[in-house]
Amino acid sequence: MNTNAYIEKYKSQLLLTLLTTVVLSALVIGLGVYLWADIKANVVLYSLVKIIAILVPLLLAVAYLTYAERKIIGYMQVRIGPNRVGPRGWLQPIADALKLLMKEIIFPTNANRFLFVIAPMLSIAPAMAAWAVFPFTDTLVLANIDASLLYILALTSMGVYGVILAGWASNSKYAFLGAMRSAAQIVSYEIAMGFALVGVLIAGGSLNLVEIVEAQQGSLLHWFWLPLFPLFLVYFISGVAETNRAPFDVSEGESEIVAGFHVEYSGMAFAVFFLAEYANMILIAALASLMFLGGWLSPFDGTWFESWFAWVPAIFWMLGKTALMLLFFLWFRATFPRYRYDQIMRLGWKVFIPITIVWLVIEGAAVMAHIGPWFV
Amino acid sequence: MDFQRLVFYVFAAILVFAAARVITVRNPVHAALHLVLAFFTCAGLWLLLEAEFLAIVLVLVYVGAVMVLFLFVVMMLDINTSPLREGFIRYLPVGLSVAALIVIEMYMVVRARNFGADVMAIPERHPEGYSNVRELGNVLYTDYVYPFEIAAVILLVAIIAAIALTMRKRPETKYQNPSEQVAVKSKDRVRIVEMKSEKKQ
Repeated sequence: MNTNAYIEKYKSQLLLTLLTTVVLSALVIGLGVYLWADIKANVVLYSLVKIIAILVPLLLAVAYLTYAERKIIGYMQVRIGPNRVGPRGWLQPIADALKLLMKEIIFPTNANRFLFVIAPMLSIAPAMAAWAVFPFTDTLVLANIDASLLYILALTSMGVYGVILAGWASNSKYAFLGAMRSAAQIVSYEIAMGFALVGVLIAGGSLNLVEIVEAQQGSLLHWFWLPLFPLFLVYFISGVAETNRAPFDVSEGESEIVAGFHVEYSGMAFAVFFLAEYANMILIAALASLMFLGGWLSPFDGTWFESWFAWVPAIFWMLGKTALMLLFFLWFRATFPRYRYDQIMRLGWKVFIPITIVWLVIEGAAVMAHIGPWFV
Repeated sequence: MDFQRLVFYVFAAILVFAAARVITVRNPVHAALHLVLAFFTCAGLWLLLEAEFLAIVLVLVYVGAVMVLFLFVVMMLDINTSPLREGFIRYLPVGLSVAALIVIEMYMVVRARNFGADVMAIPERHPEGYSNVRELGNVLYTDYVYPFEIAAVILLVAIIAAIALTMRKRPETKYQNPSEQVAVKSKDRVRIVEMKSEKKQ
């Protein structure tokens, strides 16, 4: 049954659900506005409001990233993509979410129920918690902690548990194979990624993301992508591998192992894995723009027409750069065939890690020699 | 009870529970997962001690890397738990005496005479702007630079040794030479034959 027929069949229930949601959220928002002064005075409540202010746009971005992916890859392959639900297909992600919400969650025979249920949560929780220290502009940050880069690295490294446990708890060979592949791949690429980040923190002279961006102040040429270009490439490609995206998506490789680690998942449990994957994509893209593309700094700083763009809010640059990096994720998926598994391992261990180590030595020499304009 | 103390007790309770489960659950995968939980709550406790660098590194190294590999291996084992319990009574005296020895040793070091409130100064809260990472880095690269470097070299030696021990060229293993594969030209693989087009019958 396609989505439209589904919506047609359950129209009254859907409308009722929608109405209840709207009324409830209106009540909550109204109460929030009414008690705003009290909420702002209470640290815990105020932090909660800020967390919601980050997570709700994030989830919306995830929903519309799936739409953008289908549209953009569609255009790349001379198709139209989803255009049936709502004007130009804009309601497609909402329809997909509703469909997944209403589907039954099936537990495989002899599956470990507890781990089976907790695995999707373990994969989405780190993907969201990592945003706690993410600076959207120099002032717009929930927790400006000192070791924010390390914090993000630590949390993203925990996302692999969701994948491994999903594969193991499913009691299915395909799922288990997918989990094994994914675990080995993520652990391998994390090393290259960590080394690339070491390069960034040498250049930035700090583990704090705000300070790393502020160290890139100047023009487009002051951003770290130029002196750290190999590390930028290594970081981004490792990021694609870490999020299990094409061309590194062997952990789900539908031509070999059906859908890999989430083959036994259905309904909302599957949707949570989906959400986590896209939230991780956004995180990697946002981090790449933060550490190598100057974050919220304007690309026109230091040019003669700098003042023309002074009115643009800083967060616009941040989001724009993130969107650009996300486009690359989609572009890769539309372009490259899937890597063979041994080639993935070779690329991670024998190509990327040596590149990062060599470039760290070169960068160290450049820092010692105070080569400007980056290492002064 | 202030919020921080509440956080401490919650984390401490979870830590003790998880650590106990590590040695009491039957399934080795569950044991490994409880160890992960123990590490994670332990990191939370370290954060309360203002040791944020150590806390984050604990999560990064032990939870993010070591335990993943551990789980990786444990999951692939097909352990039948009943034969494991056969020698339980036989090994009980040895196990108990080792446990007692460890408890006595720990007591000798961590007893109240060495760490009581009247012996140790109560740790002071650091002022705002104090950076645990910076302090640690300063100490590590000045006072302790030689121990630090030596530890790093020992770890490197261990890595190389592990690889050297396991890497042996077996004749039945098939290898591929990627540069050879990449350098292949179309004329190495495909032969194009000229043919005249056939007439329609």
